[in-house]
Amino acid sequence: MPPVFGVLFDGVAYGMLLFLMSVGLSVTLGMMNFVNLAHCSFAMLGGYVTITLMNAMGWPFLATLPIAFIAAAAASVVLERVFFRRFYNASELDQCLLTIGIVFVSIATAAYIYGTDQQPLQLPTYLHGSFNYAGLSFAVYRLFLIVVAVVITVALVLGLEATRFGAQVRAAVNNQRMARGLGINVDGLFAITFALGSGLAGLGGALAIAMLGLDPSFAFTYLIYVLIVVSVGGLGSIAGSFAAAMLLGVSDMAGKYYVPAFGSFLIYLVMLLLLIWRPTGIFGRR
Amino acid sequence: MTTETFAGPQDFFQAQLRWHWIEIAFWLAMLLPFVLTPNYLVLASQIAITALFVLSLDLILGFSGIVSLGHAAYFGVGSYTVGLVSKWGWGEPLTGLLLGGIAAGLFGYLTSFIIARFRHLALIMITLGIGLLLVEAANSASWLTGGFDGLQGIHTWRIFNTFRFDLYGYTAYGYSLAVLFVVFLVARRLIHSPFGLALRGIRENGQRMPAIGAATGQHIRTIYTIAAIIAGIAGATLAETTETVSLESLGFQRSADVLVMLILGGTGRLYGGLLGAIVYMVARDQFSGLNPQYWYFWIGLLLIAVVVLLPNGILGGLTLLARRLKVAS
Repeated sequence: MPPVFGVLFDGVAYGMLLFLMSVGLSVTLGMMNFVNLAHCSFAMLGGYVTITLMNAMGWPFLATLPIAFIAAAAASVVLERVFFRRFYNASELDQCLLTIGIVFVSIATAAYIYGTDQQPLQLPTYLHGSFNYAGLSFAVYRLFLIVVAVVITVALVLGLEATRFGAQVRAAVNNQRMARGLGINVDGLFAITFALGSGLAGLGGALAIAMLGLDPSFAFTYLIYVLIVVSVGGLGSIAGSFAAAMLLGVSDMAGKYYVPAFGSFLIYLVMLLLLIWRPTGIFGRR
Repeated sequence: MTTETFAGPQDFFQAQLRWHWIEIAFWLAMLLPFVLTPNYLVLASQIAITALFVLSLDLILGFSGIVSLGHAAYFGVGSYTVGLVSKWGWGEPLTGLLLGGIAAGLFGYLTSFIIARFRHLALIMITLGIGLLLVEAANSASWLTGGFDGLQGIHTWRIFNTFRFDLYGYTAYGYSLAVLFVVFLVARRLIHSPFGLALRGIRENGQRMPAIGAATGQHIRTIYTIAAIIAGIAGATLAETTETVSLESLGFQRSADVLVMLILGGTGRLYGGLLGAIVYMVARDQFSGLNPQYWYFWIGLLLIAVVVLLPNGILGGLTLLARRLKVAS
């Protein structure tokens, strides 16, 4: 029987990754009601950027992280300008199909360039191993993940709650038409938010390699988890996404350690029940 | 928009039900593979089965506006039912179809109570969740389903004790085509009925329909159950003709593929799904020499192109073209 603390710790680290990868989708969905199933493709892009920079050009791991963020954000801006903006008023079905098409293309492109194998990643030595404190064992990399995610979460919450930009975003999420009426440039705001959210996904993807691995199916496998986080947490709610990501991360880890025979059955069951109980998510208002 | 005038509602439905010559030509053309491409009958049979499955999705998505990302669940229930029944010693195909349809219909009826309550993202996630849940359940219950390896030891008896399922797929295609045609007739009748009209009303405006006295929830439950039965029959046909059942028949991939085919052909038109299934399956067969990963590049590109350029699918584009030609001449 694995120790409870270890499972909890792993689950929290995993949940932090899920949060980073899904918070952007939650905010953009809440703002524009745009169902972007290609969100995890940006995460995958971030992962591959890190891999390429490290393995082909010998960059240090930490230096690749901002580049992963920037690359995913840049790619998302291009796609947003070319495709997505025409579909803000289209049906959810059209949005789903357009973005699934992009997922397919991204998976095939990744497979073409990098092959279908898991990508090797050599973490720097200071992120290796684990240490003991107060009789509990901490894996350094997972602790690092948690610290990074907590810092980003705090920055996000502060940015949304305490800045003018954040106030505009909150207004647009709450009532897009009213925000427009007050003279807020919702389209421009959305483009920036979209880029930030995709960049965070890219960062999440880069951080995820050492824990979850990276192959072309990443864009699909974790899409489902990200969608669960977003729909259970409630659209446009950072606190909701955080709570849902933690819940999902911990319960998925616990399920895999304690009842491996059930696979992901429990996760899906919990998601279904939560959605049936509260269709707009735990913290959702609409 | 039709400019014809109708004396009464009966006439309207009568006019809808009348067979157009293109329809007759389409079904006659479906017989051509027997003569023209006898080497591809196995593929043709797969296409007919997939077309049946797409038709079932069209009933809920195209005609009633219920988006589902987990429709393969009902297909898989039909497949596994037939597979298990055959494994336990009853391989009669027609009763197999019936059992597959009943099992999927029952599951569809139970889940329809959940489906009818939700819309938008919650609905998409719930259908996805039901599909994923079933895959995990089938994978865990490997004592029953064979888990990841699939169900072994299925044997289908001869149809009417006469037609054996041969290696070249003559019987398989004839059988699948017959099933498709019969179910299609039922679906066609259903769509051109007052009930079918009510469904389209729900698709167009789910809030206004209750206001004119339509039992929206009940209609959705009914059509969802019917679609589940048809999906179950499609799954059953696949299990009988291939004599294998695997987890893949339940999976998300199948749900996504069928959605793509429907969109490709055109939603909310009976022939859209059929056309989409034919185009998609033939194209995939032609590209099968390629790595499946690359196939997805092209299908992804096709999807983007269809959504951006042809919002109503191939059939919608063709209709538009035909109308323009008519106006021009």
